[in-house]
This record gives sequence, C-alpha cells and structure tokens, in this order.
Amino acid sequence: MRLAYTEDQELFRDTVRDFLADRCTTADVRAAWAADTAISARWVELAKVGVTGIVIPEEHDGLGMGDEELAAVLVEAGRAALPEPLLESAVAAGLLAEFAPDAGWLAEIAAGRAAASVLLPGQRLAVEAAAADVLVIGLADGDLHVATPADCVLTARRSVDRSRKLFTVDFTPTARTLVASDTRRALARAADRGALGAAAQLLGLTRRMLDITVEYAKQRVQRGVPIGSHQSVQHHLANVLIKLEFARPVVLRAAYSLARDLPSAGRDVSMAKIYAGEAADLAARNCLQVHGAIGYTEEHDLQLFMKRAWALGTAWGDAGVHRDRIAADLLGDAPAPPTPAF
Amino acid sequence: MDLEFTEQEQEFRREARAWLTANVPAEPLPSMDTREGFLAHRAWERKLFDARWAVVSWPREYGGREAGLTEWLIFEEEYYRAGAPGRVSQNGIFLFAPTLFEFGTREQQDRYLPAMAAGEEIWVQGWSEPEAGSDLANVRSRAERDEERGGWRLSGQKIWSSRGTYGHRLFGLFRTDPGAQRHRGLTYFMVDLAAEGVTVRPIPQLDGEPGFAEVFLDDVFVPDADVLGGVDEGWKIMIATTGSERGLNLRSPGRFVAPANRLIELYRRDPRPAERDAVVRAWMDADAYRLFTFGTVTKLQAGGAIGADSSINKVFWSEMDVELHATALRLLGEAGELDDGDGGWLDGFLFALGGPIYAGTNEIQRNTIAERILGLPRAK
Repeated sequence: MRLAYTEDQELFRDTVRDFLADRCTTADVRAAWAADTAISARWVELAKVGVTGIVIPEEHDGLGMGDEELAAVLVEAGRAALPEPLLESAVAAGLLAEFAPDAGWLAEIAAGRAAASVLLPGQRLAVEAAAADVLVIGLADGDLHVATPADCVLTARRSVDRSRKLFTVDFTPTARTLVASDTRRALARAADRGALGAAAQLLGLTRRMLDITVEYAKQRVQRGVPIGSHQSVQHHLANVLIKLEFARPVVLRAAYSLARDLPSAGRDVSMAKIYAGEAADLAARNCLQVHGAIGYTEEHDLQLFMKRAWALGTAWGDAGVHRDRIAADLLGDAPAPPTPAF
Repeated sequence: MDLEFTEQEQEFRREARAWLTANVPAEPLPSMDTREGFLAHRAWERKLFDARWAVVSWPREYGGREAGLTEWLIFEEEYYRAGAPGRVSQNGIFLFAPTLFEFGTREQQDRYLPAMAAGEEIWVQGWSEPEAGSDLANVRSRAERDEERGGWRLSGQKIWSSRGTYGHRLFGLFRTDPGAQRHRGLTYFMVDLAAEGVTVRPIPQLDGEPGFAEVFLDDVFVPDADVLGGVDEGWKIMIATTGSERGLNLRSPGRFVAPANRLIELYRRDPRPAERDAVVRAWMDADAYRLFTFGTVTKLQAGGAIGADSSINKVFWSEMDVELHATALRLLGEAGELDDGDGGWLDGFLFALGGPIYAGTNEIQRNTIAERILGLPRAK
C-alpha cells in the first residue's frame, strides 16, 4: 500500500513546476486574457518538456504515460493558472490515440506544432475551438468525429475567466469526419479524464490562492499587528488547508483508479472533482475575504486564480452532477450512469 | 502508487475477521462508564488479549503481534466492521503506551504494559485542571520532594479524566519546580489511584454516565520508580502523548468507515431524499479520511514524521463524526430522540460531540495549523 507518486513522477512534476514558475507568470496569464487565443509560443516549449504528449504513445513521439502523470502535471498547471488547453488537448489526444492513431495529429501535438480540443456528449462549450488545429467530437450516439474548426460554425462565448476561450460548436457530422462508432465507453472514460484533470488543476489553484493569501496576511498590518495574527483570519486559512489536504489523496486515488480502469474509477473521479472543487471554492471565498477590498479588484492577481477555479468548478461536471453519480452508486438500486451528464 | 494490500496483509485481515466474527458479543455491552459495563469491557479486553488481538502493533513479549501500520489499520477496519465493543483500555494502550515505550525504563515497561494490555489495569489521563484546559502549561498541581522515602508528594486537582471513575492508574503532569513558569519545571508521573490521599469524584457526562471524573490529590506519595523520563522534562514527554491522541493512534479510519456504511444501510431501508446529500457526504468523508490516513502511513513508512499535521487530522475526523451521527438522527425522524432506540445512534452522537473539544479543542488545532504549518504570526 503506497499512496504517493513515485520518485520519477515527482521529478517530472517538479520539472514542470519549475518551468511554469519561470514561463507562466501572472503577467503571462494576463497576456492570455487580452489575446484571441491562449495558445502561445509557450505551447512549443511545453512540448519540449514533454507536457503536450503525456498521454500520447511513444511511437507517436509522446511520453506514453497515463492519468497519474497527467494529474500530477495538471496540479502544476493549476498552480500557475496555465492558460493553454493542456487538459482538453490531452483528452482529445487520448481519443485520437485510440481511434485515429494514424491520422497524423498525435506527433504534431506531441511536438507542440498542433493543439487539440474536445467536445464530449453533453458538453456545449469547447475551449479554444477556433485556435485548435483539430477538434475531437464525440456524439451521444457513440460516433466519434475528428474535425477542424473549418468544419464547424463556432460562436464565441465569454468565460468568467477571460483566458478560457470558449465556443459553442455547431457541427454537422459527415462521413469524412467520422472515425469510429460505438465509442460510448471510451467517451465516458474521456469524460472521467477531463473531470480528473479539472480536479487536479483545482488542487493547484487552491494551493496558489492559499500561498498568496498567507503572504498577504503576514505582511498586511492593521491596528499595529499583521492581520494573520488574528484567530478569525487564521481559521479562515486553516480551513482552506484542511480542505486541500483531504482533497489531495482523493484526487491521487482517482488518478490511480482511472489509470487502471478499476470498476470504482467513475465514482472515485466524481469524488475527486467534488473534493477539489470544494477546496477551491472555499479558497476563493476565504482568500478574497482575507484580502478585503484589494482582492476585489482586477489589478490584484488573486482574481486570476479565483476565476479559473470558478470556471473549472462547473466544467467537466459540477458538484451536483458528480454527487448524483455517487449517490446512484451508493444509494440507488439502479447502476450509476457511466458518464456524468454535463 | 499501489493501493493493493499484500497477500500477507490480506491473510492478516482474514484471520482477524474470522476471530472477530466468532467472538464479538452478539448484544452490545452496557456502557463502559457504568460499573457493570466497565467490568464487561475489561473482560472483553482480556479475551482480546488472550487471542493476541488486544495490542496488535506491540512487541510479542507484551502480547502483541508486531503488526506494521498497515496491518494495524486493517485490524481496526475489521474491529469496527464487526461491531466490536469500544476499547475501555484505549487511553492506556493507544495514548500512554507509545510514551511509555519511548520514554519509560525497561523496568517500568515490564511492570505496567502487560496488565495494561490485558485490561487488568485501566489508565486514566491527568492533563486538564480547573485552570488548565486548552492552556495546559498552566498546570498548578505540584509535587514536592520526599527525600526520606525516595519519591514525591503530589497535591492538586485533575479534571475531565476519562475512565477516572473506575480506572486504576493515572498519568499526567505535575509541577516539580515551583519557581519555574509555564512548560518548564513539569514532571510526568504515574499515579496509583488507590493510593492514600486520592479522592475521585465522578462527573456524569451528556449521556448521564460518569465517563469522566475529577481527581483530587492530597499529599499522595509517588515513588521515584513512577517518574516517567527525567524530572522537570514532562512537557516534551507529554507532547509525544498528545501527538498520538490527535493523530493516527486514536482515530483509525475503521472507526468512521463502519458507521458510514451503516448510515448507507439506514438510508436504503427508509430513504429520506432530503438527507441524501448528507448521507453521501458522510460516506465520502469517511472514505477521504481513510485515504488521508493511507497517505500519512505512506509518509511515515518513508521515514517522515506527522508533527503539526495531526491537527489537520483531528479537526477533520472530529467534525466528520458529529455530522455523520447528526445525519443518522435526522434519518431516524421522530425516533431520533429515543435514548433506547435501535442502532446506538444517539449514544454515538453524544460521544461524537466530545471530539471537537477533547485532545485540544478544534479552535486550538486551527491556531496550530495556521501558525505551525502555514507560518502565520502567533495569535495574541
């Protein structure tokens, strides 16, 4: 029994953490807010670290890793509020690897020359659908399509987090775009990978909001003392840490279960999304409260992380959706639905 | 990562389950805080001890199995899954024993551990005093040197001592250096509650039973042989014990996983949709606590220490336990107020309410988390 990453996994994660600390500053995140797409020159650099090809098989120049490594890296993406669609591209790449490995996209994504996005049954919003080179679209009937933005009518929508370039996708399936049928199981698994990835990012976001706020509470002096010496402030932040520390092993276990396709994987992923989402929600609220008015501004960096947390809280199934799935599994006579309905 | 148990661990689980299935009393024992229940619980401890299940993690020579942390967790899961009685010897075997193993002499260990493990001697903690609750460094009970008899004379007052009404021996701090302030000049003593000068006043708890007691000491002689560790070094030794209380030793996940599963059964028998989310929450929290504990065990096995993390642990399990039982009472509807109702949920609720208070209140724990883990400035 060992609930922790391996040394190799930690080494890879730390490499990514160092890279992002240097190459994804809050100024970089703000630049993504202002741009039409968040996919920047950094995408190629991320590829050089291996990050765009984590789940891509080695024969297509990827790292051939799985959900554990993806989750470890996405925690770091959350910590940095990385604006690129790392998760969406990985979910898409996983489906491409399974159903269209020879379509030529995998090596391009692994090399950072292409980025992918994804739209699964039940989802109405796709991240970076216009700037992505390839869109992997799963339909409710189990058909899987590989399309390009040119095959779709895209309507831009504005996220609370302006670095998330969202689009509704009007897609008319054709024989040319169809790559496989009866892929419902794979689509459900892809949805779980998405929920796990969102949970991982929410952990990193929680940690970052907490770190920012602890520093602030140490330095901000009112009535002659740092505000962090007040118990009311201390307890706000202690509560965030408690939520975070209990969400971490839940997310780890979900990555473990999903990587091995265990029967409990769906439930484990749903629990991870709920726990990480709650930790991030509480972090956003309490950190805003501790900052006071300065936290309520656009100029303060806290908002970058809060808004990403709110966005990822609803993406890939919100808490209610995932709670329904767990309740059906624990309490219902009917088997749990295989996939969260977004 | 590897979340599988080894073949050896699974065999250990099967052995524990088989023995518990065959031996756990069919009917719950009377409350351990009644005279009758106290005796019945001690008899149960004896039975556990005779089968080497009382103290699985202890050395073989003291009746244990030298079980590792993972096996201990497995045993606890099986123990509570089987609905076995609460551990009347808990404060001895889980809180005090780790300290005795670490700081006691071989002679002290030989003298006290066997009777503790067999349930023959029940140990009682002597931390709190009327003026020393969350602020334990304010201990006023004192010990004066008796050179002639080779020991100390203890005077003062301890309070909220669990099992104090019927228990046999007390462990706690007394001030040996009257000039020293706060956490200095305190010494860790072991006191025979039958000694001359000891008066015990039972205090009925919320459930009406005298679960804890006030212990008055009036010039009670304690020989040097019952000083644990060095004179005036009691504080650091005490820290070791409270670390156990807050952290891993006292609250194994099995204690929460078992009632969480019973809660699921309760809901399935008579679903009240308004409580669905609370039921799911209770089950998830117990599961999360199990995972958190696995993470802690992984860290300990890699040579790490728990330290202030035990405060995170304590806040979580104690608040989870209250919510879990409160949810059960709501599921019971009108029957929720019945003290003679089925399932022992009201008893469990009343017991759980103590969790956020004892072993350092959750307010103190949150201060510890903020100051020692997050590094915030000390509260004034």
